[in-house]
Amino acid sequence: MTTSAISLAQAIAARTTTAAAATDAALSAITERDGELHAFLHVDADAARQAASAIDARIAAGETVGPLAGVPVAIKDNLVMTGVPTTCGSKILEGWRPPYTATVVERLIDAGAIPIGKTNLDEFAMGSSTENSAYGPSRNPIDPTKVPGGSSGGSAVAVAAGYVPVSLGSDTGGSIRQPAAFCGLIGYKPTYGHISRYGLVAFSSSLDQVGPFTTTVADSALVSEIIGGHDHRDSTSIDAPAPSLLEACGRGVAGLRVGLCSDLLDGADAVIVDRVRAAAAALEAAGATIVDLAIPELRLGLSAYYLLAPAEASSNLARYDGVRFGLREERDDVAAMNVATRTAGFGPEVKRRIMLGTYALSAGYYDAYYGQAQKTRRLITNALDAAYQGVDLLLGATTPTTAFGFGDKVADPLSMYLSDLFTIPSNLAGHPAMSVPFGTDSAGLPIGVQLLAPGRRDDLLFAAGAVLESEVSA
Amino acid sequence: MSAWETIIGLEVHCELKTATKLFCGCPNMFGDEPNTNCCPVCLGLPGSLPVLNKGAVELAIRIGLALNCTVAPSTFHRKNYFYPDMPKDYQISQYDQPLNAGGWIDLPEGSRVGITRAHMEEDTGKSTHLGGTGRIHGADSSLIDYNRSGVPLVEIVSEPDMRSGVQARAYVAELRAILVAVGATDGRMEEGSMRVDANVSVRKPGDPFGTRCEIKNLNSLRSLQRAIEYEAARQIDLIEAGERVVQETRHFDEQTGRTGTMRSKEEATDYRYFPEPDLVPLNPSRAWIDEIRSNLAPLPKARREHLLAAVGEVTPALVDLVATVVDRDLDTLVSAAINAGAPAQLAIARAANELDADGVLPSPASFAGTCQLEASGRLSATQAKQVLAALLDEPHGDPAAIADRLGFVAMDDGALDTVLDAAIADHPSEWQRYCDGDDKLAQFFVGKVMAATKGKANGKAVIAAIAARRP
Amino acid sequence: MTNPNPLTEADVIKVASLARLELRPDEVATFTEQLGSVLGHAQDIAALNLEGLSPMAHPFDLENVLREDVVTPSLDRDAVLAAAPDAAEHRFRVGRILGEAP
Ligand SMILES: [Mg+2]
Ligand SMILES: [Zn+2]
Repeated sequence: MTTSAISLAQAIAARTTTAAAATDAALSAITERDGELHAFLHVDADAARQAASAIDARIAAGETVGPLAGVPVAIKDNLVMTGVPTTCGSKILEGWRPPYTATVVERLIDAGAIPIGKTNLDEFAMGSSTENSAYGPSRNPIDPTKVPGGSSGGSAVAVAAGYVPVSLGSDTGGSIRQPAAFCGLIGYKPTYGHISRYGLVAFSSSLDQVGPFTTTVADSALVSEIIGGHDHRDSTSIDAPAPSLLEACGRGVAGLRVGLCSDLLDGADAVIVDRVRAAAAALEAAGATIVDLAIPELRLGLSAYYLLAPAEASSNLARYDGVRFGLREERDDVAAMNVATRTAGFGPEVKRRIMLGTYALSAGYYDAYYGQAQKTRRLITNALDAAYQGVDLLLGATTPTTAFGFGDKVADPLSMYLSDLFTIPSNLAGHPAMSVPFGTDSAGLPIGVQLLAPGRRDDLLFAAGAVLESEVSA
Repeated sequence: MSAWETIIGLEVHCELKTATKLFCGCPNMFGDEPNTNCCPVCLGLPGSLPVLNKGAVELAIRIGLALNCTVAPSTFHRKNYFYPDMPKDYQISQYDQPLNAGGWIDLPEGSRVGITRAHMEEDTGKSTHLGGTGRIHGADSSLIDYNRSGVPLVEIVSEPDMRSGVQARAYVAELRAILVAVGATDGRMEEGSMRVDANVSVRKPGDPFGTRCEIKNLNSLRSLQRAIEYEAARQIDLIEAGERVVQETRHFDEQTGRTGTMRSKEEATDYRYFPEPDLVPLNPSRAWIDEIRSNLAPLPKARREHLLAAVGEVTPALVDLVATVVDRDLDTLVSAAINAGAPAQLAIARAANELDADGVLPSPASFAGTCQLEASGRLSATQAKQVLAALLDEPHGDPAAIADRLGFVAMDDGALDTVLDAAIADHPSEWQRYCDGDDKLAQFFVGKVMAATKGKANGKAVIAAIAARRP
Repeated sequence: MTNPNPLTEADVIKVASLARLELRPDEVATFTEQLGSVLGHAQDIAALNLEGLSPMAHPFDLENVLREDVVTPSLDRDAVLAAAPDAAEHRFRVGRILGEAP
């Protein structure tokens, strides 16, 4: 499937094709190739076919259908859907069927989208390669010897392999943008609070955001507008109108000032640096002014992030205790059962982060680690706010390298963590960011450039992203 | 050797009387079928998020204002520990920035107890223990009902200002009256809607505080007082025997009247508090606080003072009666009756002893009328009580008509004299002995008069008449 | 490594116990080293003077997000208990609970 969600939905609405045909195409592509790529943990073919027939029947009856009517979509397996298994890539949730549906999934379904299945991820979204999935890694469709990135690796693969035009991921420290860069997709992390977290299994509550993978900037805008907006079930959801993203896609960048930020670039592979400079040139050619700048505070983001996110995670993941749902390793007393269940159910990366976070919050260390990290978060946000006094947008690399090989970084967690260096600052500040594919390295692996905007100016990303997209396709 | 002093501070958990739970729309209802009032939020299911109940915040602010606290901006924190009745394995609670801080309560006997804080938090589920004695120790397994999980609580922490079990009991009684008066809770301790933990230590006056023990989960006023008195005595015995009090959590056994150490795991608790990222800060506006304040129902202390102002001489007995009247919410009726002409002292006494706040009440006019008939001597005390009882069937009934119907004929002095003359004539030797100073025989003649009038004479009037005849 | 590990094996064992995890001896050694290297990296912020900066718990300064005190439907009890590893008498069943809540 190479067609965009928007054109597919138009074709279905115009009865040039059908939802059933689109769904069958997705399902057969999955049958054909997902044994190798392993984007999906669960495919619900019957439910998808039924939903597609229902859409086709409504179109045949002349009913008005939603803007994504008949478009197959894939859902990261940390978003809940009533009755559909949700594992978060963990053994501890094996077999759990949630009794409710995430707001974003509800809104996609209301728009007529057809959920095809649940995609693979690093366990509880903790990782940058999907190698931490308890159910085996996903593979990069461009080069299956490479990782697709993570943690939303399965969702990236589902779109990059052409199964579906749209998938949902979640981004806590780069988990949408990094796999989007590795797989050659548009990956968007919204302003914190623009898209509901209700039904997103929490990794780090103050950093997590849901966002889409798409092949076009306009698809990203459409899907984000559909799933976004205020949700009273999420207390951190922003209840205020936001600028239209779809409208922004055609706005151009004339008159915008774009900061080419050395702290989002230095240390990246030379080929990536070249492509980011080429992107700057493309924006300049489209009428933007490029300003070279440095924001050295961004370098501190990694340390702050790897204290804050594990701290929140250590608490968010306490509930996997074997009492109410999921795995239970039976023992005589409850405390021993808790220990046995958690020890058997969590993989090493999750244990590592739970312990790191527990330590950072524990008596005697809170101020030195967690407290200091929260202040660093403020420092970084202030530095970004100051930079935005002089520029409208920031430009940098999404990742320091292109997709790496399996096992390359598994033994040394810190080296894996370092691959999030450029994506983390936006999560800490709650600002929006987007990875846009902009060429490849010599091996043909995709390179993503990253656009960053101030909080609640997501529209600027779409204006600039569309310009870069047109440059690549030209 | 100087006497020991007991130092008591109390933590009272009060369940708020809201329609829904603190962070979800599930009903806040006691006694429903297990696990029927549950949703993803209060079950702590993955992906669920809390949203704060405005009604609970309003009740918490009412409590803060009633306890003379400062209502301040606050944040929720997570208190992390594993326990099976707590679905998320953390409790959302206010930590270093409580909603209400720094207040006090004045007790009826005149002492003032400081309030450190009154913060909001969520309740846990409820475990039932199977096997053994049905208590947690010795059970083989437990069953958990999460209906109560997420019910809004306000935890009211006092300063260590109390010095006896009696005073602690009075504090909880007064606190309960305040909480009920402002509509924050139904105050049913036996249903667990108020739970008390007591911190107890002993010292010689002037010494620094001694090592304290915390007695958990006291669920009646009587248990509270007994537990504190036992615990203080235990600590004094220990110290006087040359031993030391160990800081620990203890449990009170209703059966034996003793406190015992609770077996808990040795690991030191480290709650790892941190700001709840799923909730945003609470910063009640001045306007909202003022609105809540202006709608606050009158507090028990003010209500007691209002009633006492209506009586002339205030005796300790009367203070107790007034406390009972206010405690039972009968003060509105009593005030109305006083305004309608009832003598204050009598109305207070009859309300405290004869009326049931949870049942039917007489109208203020009928209540006032009954009190007036009694005060005038038209009805005896016994008769007045019977008229009050009859008023329960017809709350607006005319007391005089009811008295007539019951046959409580008013005897004028002449009629009474005639009956009394006859009684004296029939029992001359008894009358002589009475006149010679045998006071007991007065009752003998009361009995004769009552028998002759079939109990309809006013006892007080009869006694007066007998006494008047004595030479 | 130039800096000594900020974390000991005893710290790791204590933290694992707080988090209800059990580690094999070889895991204790590995985790001590791995966590130590992340905490070692974090010395860059531990060393900063951040006085005067307020801790940032939320990206945006939202406050007073409240819902009306109105009942919404609860889950069906069968759906609630369907996920339970063990249930009896319409309740979740667990083994022996050693000790009251801390
Ligand atoms: Mg408490
Ligand atoms: Zn609920």
